Formats: sequence, C-alpha cells, structure tokens
Amino acid sequence: MNQKLPARRECYNIAARLLIYGCAAITVLLLVALIAYIFARGLGHVTWQLLSTQRSVLKGTIGILPNILFTLYTVFTALAVVLPLGIGAAIYLNEYASSRRLVRLIEGATETLTAIPSIIYGLVGMLFFCQKLGLQSSVLAGSLTLAVMILPTIMRTTQEALKTVPDSYREAAIGLGATKWYTIRTIVMPCTLDGIVGGAILAIGRIVGESAALLFTAGTGYVLVTNYLEALQTSGGTLSVMLYVYVSENGEFDIGFAIAAILMILVLVINLAARLAKKTLKRIG
Amino acid sequence: MKARNALERVMQSLFFCCGAVSVAAVVLITLYMIISGLPAIRQIGLTDFLFGQVWKSTAKEPLFGILPFLLTSLYGTLGAIIIGVPIGLMMAVFLSKIASPRVAAAVRPAVELLAGIPSVVYGFVGMIVLVPAVMDLFGLKSGTTLFTAILVLAVMILPSIVSVSETALSAVPREYEEASIAMGATWIETIFKVSIPAARSGIAAGVVLGVGRAIGEAMAVMMVSGNVANMPELFTSVRFLTTAIASEMSYASGLQKQALFSIGLVLFVFIMIINLILNAFLKRGDRK
Repeated sequence: MNQKLPARRECYNIAARLLIYGCAAITVLLLVALIAYIFARGLGHVTWQLLSTQRSVLKGTIGILPNILFTLYTVFTALAVVLPLGIGAAIYLNEYASSRRLVRLIEGATETLTAIPSIIYGLVGMLFFCQKLGLQSSVLAGSLTLAVMILPTIMRTTQEALKTVPDSYREAAIGLGATKWYTIRTIVMPCTLDGIVGGAILAIGRIVGESAALLFTAGTGYVLVTNYLEALQTSGGTLSVMLYVYVSENGEFDIGFAIAAILMILVLVINLAARLAKKTLKRIG
Repeated sequence: MKARNALERVMQSLFFCCGAVSVAAVVLITLYMIISGLPAIRQIGLTDFLFGQVWKSTAKEPLFGILPFLLTSLYGTLGAIIIGVPIGLMMAVFLSKIASPRVAAAVRPAVELLAGIPSVVYGFVGMIVLVPAVMDLFGLKSGTTLFTAILVLAVMILPSIVSVSETALSAVPREYEEASIAMGATWIETIFKVSIPAARSGIAAGVVLGVGRAIGEAMAVMMVSGNVANMPELFTSVRFLTTAIASEMSYASGLQKQALFSIGLVLFVFIMIINLILNAFLKRGDRK
C-alpha cells in the first residue's frame, strides 16, 4: 500500500478494526472473568465434608455426595441407552438406507429434535416416562428423557465419522467376500472410533449441564443411594439441578458457588477430553 | 450361507429401528404437546388465552391470559439478538478473517467453553453479579428485570451465532475477496462490503438459531427475571413462556396444570416455526 487512503476511508478502516477487536476481546474477557469469578467465590467452599456427605437436616449441613452419584448414574444410563440407538441410526442412514426420502425424513426429524427446548423435553418426559410408563420422578425417567434429547448429537457425530471412511475400504472388504454387517463391524466401525468418542463426550457435557429437562423427570432428591438399580427408581437431582434448588429455593449461595465451581471444572475437563479424543484417536484409527 | 443371510437381515432391520426412533420421538412429542395442550385452550378460549393480559392461576376466579409471557419472550429474544448478534458476528469475523490461524485456534476454544457452561451457572452468576449491578446502575428497587434477562440471554446465544457465522464466512469463495482487493479496497472494506454480504444467509441461519436458543431458555432467565407475571417493560420483573411453565409446574393441578401444558404448546409452535425458517435459510445457503 503506497498510497495513503482518503481520511474518511482511513477512519472507517480504523473504526471497523477497533470494533472487531473490541468484540473479540469482550467475548474472551467475559469467559475469563466468568471462570475466575466462579473459582474465586466457589473453590474455597468445596470442602471434603461437602463432597463426602449427604444433606442432613438434623445437623443443618449440606453434602452433595448423593448428587455427584446421581449425576454419574444419569450420565451412565443416558449414554447406555443413546449410544446404541444413535450409532445404529447413523449406520442405517449412512450404510443401509436406500430410499432418499426416508433418509430426508429421519434427518429432518433429528434436526427437529435438536431445536426443541429442554423444558419441552421435561414436559413430555414427565407425561410419557413418569406418568404413562409409571416410572415416577426417577433417575431412570430423567435419563431416558435426556437420551432422546442427545440422540441428535450422537447421530450427527457418528454420521460425520462414517462419512470420512473411504468407500474403497468397504469395497475391498465386500470384494473379499465379507458380508455388509461383517464389513461394518470389523472395518468401518474401528475407523469411526474418534467421532463416536467425541460425540459421547459432547453428550456428557450436555447431560451434566442440563437442568430444565430433569427438574420434572428426575426430581430433586438428595438422599444417598449407593445401589445403582435402586437409584434408578429414586428421585435424584444432578449437580446442575441442585445448584438451582439450593440457590433459588434455599438461598444457599456458598453451596451454589461450590457446585458452580465443580461444574466449571467438569466443563473444562470435558472440553479438553473432547479435544484430546479427536487428536489421539484419529492416529490410532 | 443361510445363517449369514439371516444375520444380515436381522442387523439391517435392527439399524432401521434405531433410525426410526428419532421420527417416533418427534411424532410422540408433537402428539403429547397437542393432546395435553388443547383442553385448557378450549376451556379458556383461544383469544382469552393468547391475548388475555392477566395471569392469576391461583386466584378464586382464575385468569389465564398469557399475553404477558408471549410479549416477554418476544421482547427478551429481540433484545438478546440486538446485543448478541453484532458482538457474535464481529467475533466470527475476527476468527475467520482477521486472526492468524494460531490466534484463532487459541481463541476458538473460548467460544466452545462459553457454549458448554450450564445454563444454571449463567443464571446464578447473573443473579449474584448482574442483578445488583442493574439495580444500582439504574436506581431501581429490584434488579430482577427484563433487561437483566436480556443481558444473560445475549451471552448465552453468542456461541451459536459465532460458530454458524464463522462457518458461513469461511465458506465465502476466496475469489470474491481477491477481486475486491484487486479493485483497491482494503481488507477491512472487503470484509464488510463483500464477505459479510456474501455470507448473509449463513449468518441469518446463525441468528435464527440464536432466536431458538433464546426463546427456549428456561432456567437462566428464571433466576434473573424476577418471575412476576407483569406486562413486560424493560425495567420490571417479568415472566417468560418457559419460566411460566417451570415455576408453577411443581404444584399445579387441574385447569392450572393444563394451562401450563398449553403454554408449552404455544412455545412448541413457536419453535417449529423458527425451525422452518432456519431450514429455509440453510437450504438457500446450500444452493449457492
């Protein structure tokens, strides 16, 4: 650029550049401030007593061990349901389906599921799983509701992974006399491991952070249940749900910050894990 | 050979069933929303329900007008878009056009992290930080206002707007930009006069996605908006469609409960319309 721009254009350029940098800075600063604030207010309240006990009305103490367990149970149960379904659906769409109209119908339905807000999932989950199927407010009902909610995530990530497997792999296997299912099981699926793991990690993030869909399906129970099968049938609040309950209904802000700090750590770890999974599993695959 | 064929057929139908689940889920959700949402609307009357200005669900002679919630959701979403879209779009421009690949790779995770933060955490921090700040700044009696909710929503829709707009901006053919540079425009002028207009349908999709997020958000706005069924004004406590459902569901019964499902149905219809618009924009983007 040898020529100097006219002053008006020069101003425009500088102003626009400032605007762009400013907005980028706002976004990043916002995140940093948010994390720093939550850690500063919350980490001090994350005590061993909080993590290792349950809420005791008699002693007036609050512990979140049951809720940590309920969160784990919910993650495990929802994934156990949604992974086979989502992966199966993605395999059908990518490997088997021959009717384009059917594929479009299924993909359209999946997109619709993505758009539905979690409070609606909560309502229908309550009507269908809790009342119609008689599961009551329970970890199982909550997990099933979440399974439907995260189905699109699993389907999309698996489908994307399936699309990256070169057709020549499939053709070679079929050419050697392998059946379609055998090809999928031994050739195609191992190549998609990174996508599936990545999708599962994303899904864990959504389950851990979800509250509106769980409030009326899994409830806000805080009694310790160590037996998994028993826990499935009891009402149990995950950490996010309990954050809402403690803050809005009980005004326990310190506990709220402690749970928020734990949730932020989980979010950071989950994000990091998703990144790592993408990198390392790609090499193995 | 026969056994192998049988296994093949079993697997194929098994996978088909998995694929059918999402269709079944959509049908089920739609049916449940309509069946559980219609009775109260029929009993209250569609116009009284949609355009009634007073919601008194627990009074002796209850009134179920959801106009305050409808307007609050609309204003709240509009406000979040007005604040969130410019910031998000500029951020997307920064990531796709300004920052070096290394800087972009370092900043992009920040946006992903923002998307990963649970909505209750946003609501909680908003409640502790923003609510008192808004109260002091504008000299109000209470900081739980529509304005506070708009701020929280604006932050929450940022990630969707950034990631969709970034994808759209990155997909603008390089030749368009090179042509503009060759004509003597600066890089900044090229971005604003060539790249952004060329990516507009993708950016619009990001905006519509943000609208969907904002209208469907429940827990975060519940914690900062005061949850009072007022007609919305910027600095009064308000109640959204989503929070109207969430706040009364735990103790509601009879017609009140049915009315909550009707609110759900209204919300559902809104989301479906938004989804149709979104698909239209995405399709237009594909054709280009």
